Amino acid sequence: MYHIISIRDFERKDLDYLLDRAQEFDNGNYRPRMLNDKLAALLFFEPSTRTRMSFATAMARLGGRWISVDSVEASSIVKGETLADTIRVVSGYADAIVLRHPKEGAARLASEFATVPVINAGDGAGQHPSQTLLDLYTIRQSMPVEGINVGLLGDLRYGRTAHSLALALSLYGVTLHTIAPGGLEMPASITLELRERGMEVIEHENVQEVLRDLDVLYVTRIQRERFPDSASYYNVASSYRITPDLLDGVKDHLMILHPLPRAGEIDPAVDRTPYARYFEQARNGVPVRMALLHEVMK
Amino acid sequence: MSRTDPSRGLLVSPIRNGTVIDHITAGEALNVLKILGITGSTRECLSIATNVESKRLGKKDIVKIEKRELRKEEVDRIALIAPQARINIIREYQVVEKKGVEIPKVLKGVVRCPNPGCITNTREPVESTFEVLGKGLHCLYCDWLIKDDIASHII
Repeated sequence: MYHIISIRDFERKDLDYLLDRAQEFDNGNYRPRMLNDKLAALLFFEPSTRTRMSFATAMARLGGRWISVDSVEASSIVKGETLADTIRVVSGYADAIVLRHPKEGAARLASEFATVPVINAGDGAGQHPSQTLLDLYTIRQSMPVEGINVGLLGDLRYGRTAHSLALALSLYGVTLHTIAPGGLEMPASITLELRERGMEVIEHENVQEVLRDLDVLYVTRIQRERFPDSASYYNVASSYRITPDLLDGVKDHLMILHPLPRAGEIDPAVDRTPYARYFEQARNGVPVRMALLHEVMK
Repeated sequence: MSRTDPSRGLLVSPIRNGTVIDHITAGEALNVLKILGITGSTRECLSIATNVESKRLGKKDIVKIEKRELRKEEVDRIALIAPQARINIIREYQVVEKKGVEIPKVLKGVVRCPNPGCITNTREPVESTFEVLGKGLHCLYCDWLIKDDIASHII
């Protein structure tokens, strides 16, 4: 049985295969009723808009159906049911489970108790492999991923998308530039792991010093709750804000990506520049998730 | 070693039945007891020697536990903090089994994950699971890495 739990489980050829499959779905090379008789259970124990809707959209586009739980309050979890029991029960209803959960390792646990494939749709500060695949997919649409310079900006400590993406990029000979406020730097254990995988990781004090060298700038949300008070939050957040002025002299093909939702990290005026690719990135969630759902249920 | 000749060294009685853990890293004897779940309120008869001269280690600790033979999973736990320890199983004053300790590749239910957000720290019916790497212990659920002070995380 094929589960999609963590980017660490994938070799480069697996990622390339899934990205190629996503491209075929994106090009319309598929039968519209490919998952006609299939049912996916979308178990979202944490808020999500894009991820949940794009999984539902992907199912619908393939002619499949879905059932869902959208909050802890609406589920048996409030009655004290364990996730393990929930997963065993739902395995009896659906052909695949898509899980978003606040605890790290929840998807791994689910895969041990499920009798159907599990797709991790984000577990706490842990992994979010379908997001990483759509990030890679978006980059690959514009340039070969091999050997490029990628900047990760923002909350690199708690931001799961940044960790997953960095691990995936380490398979492509990418040079990684990290730019994070004090206290929100990439955890040392992850930086070590990236370097052990042969990746060059360069830490920067501010985005200006590296912006002109970058092919991709990946911005993540700086969450207000990570700061003791709103003054220190605004201080930090404003010094990490991307504005059109900052983009003077950058490479023509620079891509600015963001997993969304954004708070104030990217000035809306940047949306009108050719560098802004985050809405296209969000749209790519559909073909990528079509590829994943089809792969685990075919 | 003779019990009547204090100049020859340590005066710890031989035990009749039980386990002698020798060559424990100096200073780790109390942590070894903690790992074995032996506290002041348990009934085992114990002898503990710490910072004893050792040809091999310079200094070492020794623990003798009467009427208890260590099981495999208990030995594995000791390996985390005292990799050079030797376990001697004693029956009727004779050493009937000698074994080294071996750090297992995977530790199940031995170490608590320090990450409060890890699924293994909830009511779920799973044991913590770590793979043992050169750089530390890696949680197979949440990917947390324990690099030092492993003893304080032992369940």
